[in-house]
Amino acid sequence: MTATESVGERVRVTLTRPTFWVEWASVVGLVLLVVLFTALDSTFLSAGNIRGMLLASAILTILVVGQAFVILTAGIDLSVASVMTFAAVMFGLAMTHGYGILLSCLVAFCAGAAVGLLNGVLVAKGRITDFIVTLGALSAASGTALILSDGKPITVISAPLFELSAGSVGVVPYTFMIALLIAVLAHVVLFKTKFGTHVLATGGSVEAAQATGIRTTRIKIAVYAISGSLAGIAAILLVARVGSAEPAANMTFLLNSVAAVVLGGVSLFGGKGSIKGPIFGALLLTALSNGLTLLGVSQFYQPLAVGVVVVGAAFLTRFDK
Amino acid sequence: MSESMDLLEIRNLSLSFGSVRALSDVSLHVKAGEITAIVGDNGAGKSTIVRCVAGVHRPDEGDIVFDGQVVNFVRPDQARVAGIETVHQNLALVEDLTVWQNLFLNREISHGVGPVRFLQKKEMRKRARDMVAKLAVNVPSVTSTVRRLSGGQRQAVAICRAAGFSSKLVIMDEPTAALGVQETRRVEELIERLRSEGHAVLLISHNFDQVMRLSDQVWVMRAGKCVAGRRARDTTAQEIVGLITGAIAA
Ligand SMILES: Nc1ncnc2c1ncn2[C@@H]1O[C@H](COP(=O)(O)OP(=O)(O)O)[C@@H](O)[C@H]1O
Ligand SMILES: [Mg+2]
Repeated sequence: MTATESVGERVRVTLTRPTFWVEWASVVGLVLLVVLFTALDSTFLSAGNIRGMLLASAILTILVVGQAFVILTAGIDLSVASVMTFAAVMFGLAMTHGYGILLSCLVAFCAGAAVGLLNGVLVAKGRITDFIVTLGALSAASGTALILSDGKPITVISAPLFELSAGSVGVVPYTFMIALLIAVLAHVVLFKTKFGTHVLATGGSVEAAQATGIRTTRIKIAVYAISGSLAGIAAILLVARVGSAEPAANMTFLLNSVAAVVLGGVSLFGGKGSIKGPIFGALLLTALSNGLTLLGVSQFYQPLAVGVVVVGAAFLTRFDK
Repeated sequence: MSESMDLLEIRNLSLSFGSVRALSDVSLHVKAGEITAIVGDNGAGKSTIVRCVAGVHRPDEGDIVFDGQVVNFVRPDQARVAGIETVHQNLALVEDLTVWQNLFLNREISHGVGPVRFLQKKEMRKRARDMVAKLAVNVPSVTSTVRRLSGGQRQAVAICRAAGFSSKLVIMDEPTAALGVQETRRVEELIERLRSEGHAVLLISHNFDQVMRLSDQVWVMRAGKCVAGRRARDTTAQEIVGLITGAIAA
């Protein structure tokens, strides 16, 4: 047997392993999209466009990390986007009341964390289905944002905030670096710490986790709190990007956060998945909408495209149980 | 050591789930260094006893005395800390975690400050290999996920986890119920090895033949009650069957 044969054999074995496609679907999908869009429009891979895509993906990436933690415990957080809106309004109010940038950031973070914590307590201790709890939180957070802002955008003028949204090192915007840092931290927490193992165990089998004494209610509360806190951080980036805190709903963020996690090979039944997969899922979705815009396809087609891609990915990975 | 002392004593234990009286006034004991069996029909309350001792359920009434002390476990990890390891009927393994992760679940070797605990994976893998090797368990690799293992291998992993960590009492709830002939024999060997290494074993089983071969003491449960206790050498499979069905009065 020659070396090339054994390499070829190994590649064949890897590619035919069903879990390969689950783990790598989002990466392969991203590469395919990049090749396709570059062939159709050479400016797709220009420095400016890459920078634009990274900038656009930062917020989604942060939300996706939180969503991934929740889905890894077999839950779902339907409130992420609304919590982000709520935290953005809180941030805007804090800024207009002269709290200063740092304190206002803290307000946004705490606002998100508080809603997340409430979600977690209701799901874990109140024994209400995650779906209903976070659906309620979705509505309540959007409503509160509307009430607090009186339905109007709150203009936020801040030099550091502008710097945050506009600055970059090469093609990599500051906001994307923040997102990446959060993703790396999340990866470390999930795979290198005791807490991470307990998250996976809780998602894999609540019964088994409890039998070893893992306090699964605490784990569940924690993941929703993480998701809420990250929505709070995402809110700051959102306000920085838009220049104002808008109470408008951001449903696309919610749908895309779930879509990215699924694309990223995280099992909706919990207990199995990664952080990098969902991150590539978020990049894929961003590249998709960016590419379509670049090609002059109407905005209206983008949700349709996302839907097709997500169901397509689920189809590819359906063999994995 | 002719008559060893009681390691576990269950005194007048009762537990109801709503209107179902799963245990009523159950008393039994387990001696150190012995294999003690509990037999009984489906629904007799065997698993419920196990879960009370393991800290999963809290009894409504009665005491559990372990190692000379009355214990009130609120959570399973408290039972584990006290030295009671349980192989539950449903195994309590997480399928998508690896063998070593399951062996060390909630017992992770870690370092760090406060609540931030970083895993020492290498050390755990190494010790997991030792644990598996010590019991001569035929598990392909400690890094494979439990999902890929056969029924017998899973049972072996669960037993391995229970036998590790210097537990004093290992409880096994129907460990061979789902296994083939070969796998059953291996698990039986494991159980005997546990006894020879000084662990007390509480074995729940449906297999009378197995119970008569392995155990030193047999307790019979019927409809939530412990109706009889016999030294294994003083009884026969026929008598046990009679006690289970109620054909023989206790
Ligand atoms: N968590 C529970 N909730 C309600 N009823 C239960 C529960 N666990 C066991 N039971 C009931 O208690 C009785 C004893 O069950 P169990 O201890 O599992 O029996 P065994 O293990 O001897 O087959 C059965 O009637 C069963 O239906
Ligand atoms: Mg049972």
